Amino acid sequence: MNRLTEAEIISNKPLTEEVYLLCLKTPNNIKSKPGQFFILRTNKRLDPLLGRPFSAFDIKENTIKFLYRVKGKGTLILSKLKKGDRINLSGPFGRWYPYPENDFIVIAGGIGIASVFYLIKNFPDKAILFYGAREKKEIFFPEKLKLLTKKLYIATECGSLDFKGLITDLFKEKGLKLQLPIYACGPMPMIKELKKIIQNTSIPCYVAVEERMACGVGACLGCVIETKEGLKRVCTEGPVFEIGELKL
Amino acid sequence: MKPSTEVKIGSLTLKNPVITASGTFGYGLEYSQFIDLNRLGGIVVKGLSLKPKEGNPPPRIYETPCGMLNSIGLQNIGFEAFVKEKLPFLKKFDTKIIVNFFGENLDEYVEMAAKLNDMDGIHGIEMNVSCPNKSGEWRKMGVEPELLKKAVKEVRTVTSKPLIIKLSPQVTDIAIMAKIAEEEGASAVSLINTIPAMVINVKTRKSMIGTATGGLSGPAIRPVAVRMVWEVSKSIKIPVIGIGGIITAEDALQFLIAGATAVAVGTANFINPLSTIEIIEGIEKFMAEEKIQDINELIGSFKE
Repeated sequence: MNRLTEAEIISNKPLTEEVYLLCLKTPNNIKSKPGQFFILRTNKRLDPLLGRPFSAFDIKENTIKFLYRVKGKGTLILSKLKKGDRINLSGPFGRWYPYPENDFIVIAGGIGIASVFYLIKNFPDKAILFYGAREKKEIFFPEKLKLLTKKLYIATECGSLDFKGLITDLFKEKGLKLQLPIYACGPMPMIKELKKIIQNTSIPCYVAVEERMACGVGACLGCVIETKEGLKRVCTEGPVFEIGELKL
Repeated sequence: MKPSTEVKIGSLTLKNPVITASGTFGYGLEYSQFIDLNRLGGIVVKGLSLKPKEGNPPPRIYETPCGMLNSIGLQNIGFEAFVKEKLPFLKKFDTKIIVNFFGENLDEYVEMAAKLNDMDGIHGIEMNVSCPNKSGEWRKMGVEPELLKKAVKEVRTVTSKPLIIKLSPQVTDIAIMAKIAEEEGASAVSLINTIPAMVINVKTRKSMIGTATGGLSGPAIRPVAVRMVWEVSKSIKIPVIGIGGIITAEDALQFLIAGATAVAVGTANFINPLSTIEIIEGIEKFMAEEKIQDINELIGSFKE
């Protein structure tokens, strides 16, 4: 039926030693909403056994891009694949970011940009983006993002580009007072800090989280995280959650 | 003539020997977006208890070489919600619905079995005596012959539905446990459940999952499972359902030849949602190539 397809690799190029941009072509046009994810299976072998979930970085008709960091066995194998290789793609899965009605704030930490880029692109000139990374080379596509956003703030931890420090510090200084809805994706310490910063406000804040995953469709109950209403599955009740829902 | 793939598990007739393994197929709905559930021999739903259960703390899974470790802890929506929200959907399909169940103690096992016995649309029940991820006295019934004997005997008295006992691999001689189940009136046994296992993060010196140990599944355990199915099927007359790392039709055929009347596909569903269908088609293809008219000719045909 639907949701399963075999895609062809158009390119798979390193942007840094660890981060790659994978571009796939699929037989049919892909319909997915910002924040949803896909599962990639790199081969027919049994090790690694499971596919790996990734947010769609960008989608246009029948091409889909994934920005990923090589972290373990699965992503290492993925990084070795070449143009013309074929890959199993399933999805889209999960809850997407609720559509912003007007201007909105996006906070991206590191590889978290992969989850929010497509959202920003879908609402051009509406996003005020706070984008942080360890250093300059890990700020991906700054020119493109500058064109797509209403305003772009960049922070690097070592100060090699723009604001020196954490992106949450820059947000506190420049973004908090705007009182706009927030869409965020990044490492857990960033999400925790963000929750602290906005805890006494009524600003809506949606975050995309990740967890190790097996089935991706809500069957195995492997990817749960703690929420105020008990454990929830990242794959189906997430990956996008209201920040207040999460027990961090 | 199309070869016959029909098999019998007690009074239950399956159109083909391929069913889903409990805990890997949700309540059916999750996979209906990918496959036609009508094509399955049967669906074994996620283990049910009287009351909903939240299960174990995350992280719950970790990938291992050709396998995965899980510690879900029997999270489930409970009997009432299952009957109200899930069973009506499952009833629409022309396949056999088998409900896996468990309790915190023997009384709860008996109560669950009795409740399930009264339900239309449930064709069989599978008693989980072997989840590796819960502690407590009741858990031991999978590994202590005397407890198993008592438990199967009591559950059997309250149900007229086909009763399958899902056995633990964590015993010295699994055939002894199977024999006990048979003597106490079980309609079939299914094996194996996951194998208790652990993976340690050497930096934190903690487990890679939320509990110290979890259950190992996937192709890594398949040869162990085939061996156990062979040992069990030689020693009992009731049918055996083979489970353990079945990914392909050839894997499933190994279990059938070893003596399993049916096979349950588990972890493979996570890897490829079409697994069950591909396995059914692969078995049919094999039968055509080998000129086997009836799948029952294949079952237990292992040559020593």
